[in-house]
Amino acid sequence: MTTSSLASTASIRRPPRGGTTGGGLGGAVATALADGVIAAAVAFLFTLPLVGLRTEIAIGGLAINTRFVEVAVAVALVFLGRFGLSLSAAGYPVPVLAAALAVAGASLAIDFPTAPLQLIAVAGGLIVAMIAGWTAYTGRSTLSRAERQKRMDAIGAKVQVWTIWLAPIAITFAVLLPFLPFADRRFLDIAILILTYIMLGWGLNIIVGLAGLLDLGFVAFYAVGAYSYALMAYHFDLSFWACLPLAGLFAALAGLLLGFPVLRLRGDYFAIVTLGFGEIIRVILLNWYQFTGGPDGIAGIPRPSFFGLAEFIRRPRGDDVAFHQMFGLDYSSLHRMIFLYYLILALALIVNFFTVRIRRLPIGRAWEALREDDIACASLGINRTNIKLAAFSISAMWGGFAGAFFATRQGFISPESFTFIESAIILSVVVLGGMGSQLGVVVAAFVVIGLPEWFRELEQYRMLAFGAGMVLIMLWRPRGLLSHREPTITLARRRFGRAAAATSGEAT
Amino acid sequence: MLGLTDVYAYYGAIEALRGVSVEVKTGEIVTLIGANGAGKTTLLMTICGNPRARQGRILFDGADITDRPTYEIIRRGIAQAPEGRRIFPRLTVMENLQLGATTAPEVHLARNLERVFTLFPILKERADQRGGTLSGGEQQMLSIARALMSEPRLLLLDEPSLGLAPMIVKQIFRTIGEINRDQGVTIFMVEQNAHHALRLAHRGYVMVNGVIALSGTGTELLANPEVRAAYLEGGHG
Repeated sequence: MTTSSLASTASIRRPPRGGTTGGGLGGAVATALADGVIAAAVAFLFTLPLVGLRTEIAIGGLAINTRFVEVAVAVALVFLGRFGLSLSAAGYPVPVLAAALAVAGASLAIDFPTAPLQLIAVAGGLIVAMIAGWTAYTGRSTLSRAERQKRMDAIGAKVQVWTIWLAPIAITFAVLLPFLPFADRRFLDIAILILTYIMLGWGLNIIVGLAGLLDLGFVAFYAVGAYSYALMAYHFDLSFWACLPLAGLFAALAGLLLGFPVLRLRGDYFAIVTLGFGEIIRVILLNWYQFTGGPDGIAGIPRPSFFGLAEFIRRPRGDDVAFHQMFGLDYSSLHRMIFLYYLILALALIVNFFTVRIRRLPIGRAWEALREDDIACASLGINRTNIKLAAFSISAMWGGFAGAFFATRQGFISPESFTFIESAIILSVVVLGGMGSQLGVVVAAFVVIGLPEWFRELEQYRMLAFGAGMVLIMLWRPRGLLSHREPTITLARRRFGRAAAATSGEAT
Repeated sequence: MLGLTDVYAYYGAIEALRGVSVEVKTGEIVTLIGANGAGKTTLLMTICGNPRARQGRILFDGADITDRPTYEIIRRGIAQAPEGRRIFPRLTVMENLQLGATTAPEVHLARNLERVFTLFPILKERADQRGGTLSGGEQQMLSIARALMSEPRLLLLDEPSLGLAPMIVKQIFRTIGEINRDQGVTIFMVEQNAHHALRLAHRGYVMVNGVIALSGTGTELLANPEVRAAYLEGGHG
């Protein structure tokens, strides 16, 4: 299934052959047919082994089942899509628009062998219809790559200028979210998850986006934060609020310790060594059984209290007051959820605020200079080692805070949660968003985390949404969704350093 | 002000400097000319501690800076406009200049900006533009201006005329003269454009294969038949 969707995406990207109306309708249909057949052949080659043959466990070994109907449908869909696009590009967008809409509508009614095929048929029909509609409207088939890049950049720059308006609206929305009618438990759960990754992304953005050091082991600090909190709560009975700063501190110390040997390296070597450290931390957690509980993990991690004043439980012990009693509410398990939501929202916003401010300070500017050209940086008297260490440990500290939050939210942690794939996901949030862009991280977190969660009903096919998102971003925005960089100071403001241009929205 | 005695420097096993001795006195413009690969850039980089001198001594204002880390050498009052300009392309002109001021007291920032904007008025117009969008000449000006933002007493320039149109080269050299004369900054400049450089400089050195082959005042070297044959009549100038 994945391959057939990829094949159709790839054929959409291909520039239409003979963009002008060459030999009238007959010629156009012939060309479109040829195009469609080629695309269908490619789709057939891919889908035959991957979709058509399926191994299943049978008595006495594996049996191969065939699914040729699915293959035929997939190939037919690819053919229709390519044929329609080609015809539309050759100057007949209106009939294609009608036909595509008809196909999409019919697909809704017909029974398909599998649900994803139906989804692809409907979505594909709509996409072809959209493209045909666009062609009919503008009279041109596609934009050239440079043109599209330019337009997208302009949109990206605009969005960033709008940040001034967007940010307060988004934050207000985020604050009101738990009280909106559709905010049920599942919805809040996804929101908390997305916010966790936004916070992690903003934390990693300091070292990757600003200082330009590719850190592949960020999850190590996330793990240090989570285990610091879990172990301190377990051994010393410390509360979440006492442990939160300590978890950040320990993660920052870990960053400092790892940073000393690592920061002499550059580029790829740096990336590989951080990758190694990420794994080392995980392996230690896994094998130091007496201390960390090894693969069993740590269970029963205390949930956060309402700032140490009240617990989120139905019947408090002794003279304690529970949250719902304190505010005279009926008990609801959603209260804790909402509290967790606000907690991560506040943490994430603190990271964001910190980053936005520090970018305007000399150290933040030195990080960006380091990313641009580290030799020039040295020639300006910047102590590169110190600057890098600062970036590394500050980034680690935010990772540690997020880890402590993760531990308290889950109530259970084990090394399973801190594998390399976590680092990769956090990194993809930063890279897809556009390195160094704060807003980009938010958008990318929605795409990378939100989409697969949203499509959880599709089970293993939900990774399809993830994959499609990745492919589209890489095709259309190879440097990240919002890769435009705002200057931190402008001459117009006439005030240099500190708060200068804090509100400047001028893009150069 | 700056004195190098018998300095050796290596890139791996390759001997780049083989016993170089150079002196720059306070208030002078000294130029170092030589062919490609003679070790000119290495000499400037070695003064800044990267690569380090493996033998010999480098004194700045009487203090031994041979083994000091780069950032400390810069903090003592040396600034470099490195080879290939090396401005920060995605940062604005203003941000580039601010980064140059890293080692200078913050209260001097406005004054130093005024100073470089007087020297290079075009930079003021371009202040909010990204470094990478400037023309070659403007980038060179930015590179020099950025170096000046740290209030250096000694300015090291690595081929300020590289790849620039003759008109711009003239302008840059005129400004270098001004920086020296009006602002009292001592200048040590590496150049391939021997004609311009020697006319501007008080003294000059000629480097061949990692050793100093000749030295003298700018006029002496300009008149020297060997220099003329090797660096002035060979298409330069």
